[in-house]
Amino acid sequence: MGMTVGETNVRQHTRRRGSRTPYLLIAPAVLAMLAFLVYPMGSVVYYSLRHYNLSKPWEDGFAGLDNFARMLTEDPLFWQSLGFTARWVVVEVSLQLVLGLALALIVNETFVGRAFARAMVFSPWAVSGVLTTGIWVLLYNPTTGMSKYLADLGLMDYGGAPLANPDTVFLAAVVAELWRGVPFFAILLLADLQSIPRDLYEAASVDGASRLRRFYHVTLPHLKDAIILSTLLRAVWEFNNVDLLYTLTGGGPAHQTTTLPLYVASTAVQSQDFGYGSALTTAGFLILTFFSVAYLRLGKFGAKS
Amino acid sequence: MSTVTPTRPAARPAPDRPPPARPNRAIRVSKWQIYVPLGLYLLFTLVPFYWMLVFAVRPRGSTSLLPWPVSLENFETVWNGLGFGVFFANSLKVGAAALVSTTVIALAGGYALARYRFRGRTAFMVAMLCTQFIPGAMMLIPLFEVFRTLELVNSLWSLVIAETVFQLPLSLILISGFIRNVPVELEEAAWVDGCSRLRGFLVVVLPMLRPGLVAVGSFAFIHSWNNFLFALMFVSEQEKYTIPVGLAFTLGEFSVDFGALAAGGVVAAVPVVLVFAIVQRYLVQGLSAGAVKG
Repeated sequence: MGMTVGETNVRQHTRRRGSRTPYLLIAPAVLAMLAFLVYPMGSVVYYSLRHYNLSKPWEDGFAGLDNFARMLTEDPLFWQSLGFTARWVVVEVSLQLVLGLALALIVNETFVGRAFARAMVFSPWAVSGVLTTGIWVLLYNPTTGMSKYLADLGLMDYGGAPLANPDTVFLAAVVAELWRGVPFFAILLLADLQSIPRDLYEAASVDGASRLRRFYHVTLPHLKDAIILSTLLRAVWEFNNVDLLYTLTGGGPAHQTTTLPLYVASTAVQSQDFGYGSALTTAGFLILTFFSVAYLRLGKFGAKS
Repeated sequence: MSTVTPTRPAARPAPDRPPPARPNRAIRVSKWQIYVPLGLYLLFTLVPFYWMLVFAVRPRGSTSLLPWPVSLENFETVWNGLGFGVFFANSLKVGAAALVSTTVIALAGGYALARYRFRGRTAFMVAMLCTQFIPGAMMLIPLFEVFRTLELVNSLWSLVIAETVFQLPLSLILISGFIRNVPVELEEAAWVDGCSRLRGFLVVVLPMLRPGLVAVGSFAFIHSWNNFLFALMFVSEQEKYTIPVGLAFTLGEFSVDFGALAAGGVVAAVPVVLVFAIVQRYLVQGLSAGAVKG
């Protein structure tokens, strides 16, 4: 009786509520995260309370809050890097959002060559921070860059190096990061734009709403959650983004473009002061958690408007 | 639908108001409103790639801005002289291993989330989402310590593990979204025919997950191919360098060889740009089905 066997089979597969199967299935993921995310995060707090420098093995032991005291009172670079981090994140995320939204709206239209255009404008998304640096170093360098060729044509003066000049280094880094960052928003927002029912627009235009009004009253409300989530993810990502600045400016000139994680990375890689680096890391975690929660609360994420 | 770029409001003509009887006309947008801003943006996107290509292929001493005639001397310098051949192989190994481990673990976990109700399910989901807010740069020191204990420093496995752990949450959530889209009745039909749960999954569900697997696998590969900081921190023997570390070292020289830098850049870009060109269609689909919509 094949039928009966089959039916019991289905029942066995679906009705076992206390089954161990789901736990076995998530076990590899849970174990990997416990060992390589949760445990290390806990150990950072432990190290932050110790003197621990790989290059000075004799300085070892419990430090209490020494590392934090040094950070808050004796280290101007901590405060400076914090200020620059805020500026970097706000400027990058807002410019990327505006340009990314515009780009998503454009490639959401129907036109000849759309698939090709999408592939082209999204492509810098796949490029690494180090490669972005390589490309923009070529473009910015006074001997190989665009300014040389424009000057050869007599269109402008032979310029200096934007990356070495304290007045232009911020702008130069912002543009390079925009080049790579805008496609992220364009891809995410395009995915969400495609889920807006077309009738909504038709209804709005029957009511005589102009394009701008349709954008404000149909498109934007629909995108709200996607915008809140993507800006938050991006803010964390830009906060965390060390590769580009590490290689493009090295945090300079004069630590002018050092973000907090870049400061952590150079403390870890160069001076190997793990105790102090861990204190900086702990501070970074706290700041990031605080802002993420505040942002989601203020943005009323998930609330229906 | 408006295609107006917020940066240039002045260029926008007054919106025409067609008679309500023909709503379709109102939705149409004139061609130049698409092509002009798109063309400008394409310039911004493509000129930097072009610049790299020109510097990579032009012969030494040339100042031409056309990628012709093509000379391969820069590629020979980076591939053999600077060791990019070895770095390339290392990056491929790490990328492939990270792709496989991420996809397999995410498939198992994603299936549990999509098809079972179990205690701790919500907590697991929330924990997965929370990990998205953990910055990799902040994990440098503690992960280094973990790998030192496991004696994995200077081993490519440290990179595979770190990549997998950071890619896993998003991949798992994306895949569970895809599995949920496969009607459970199809699986039930296979069980009626006497299939085990595993066999039903392999025969019925897996083939339908192709777009999702492509999206998740390529995410994992690209991410791993591009990672710089972990490779810089966990690996210090030159024969184990990955492409981004090699590239960073050509940048760090006192007198940068720009031809070699550009050629190294092309070597770094080709695999990801190829993968990306193939999968970008799936990417938008995958995101609409999975992460963003929850």
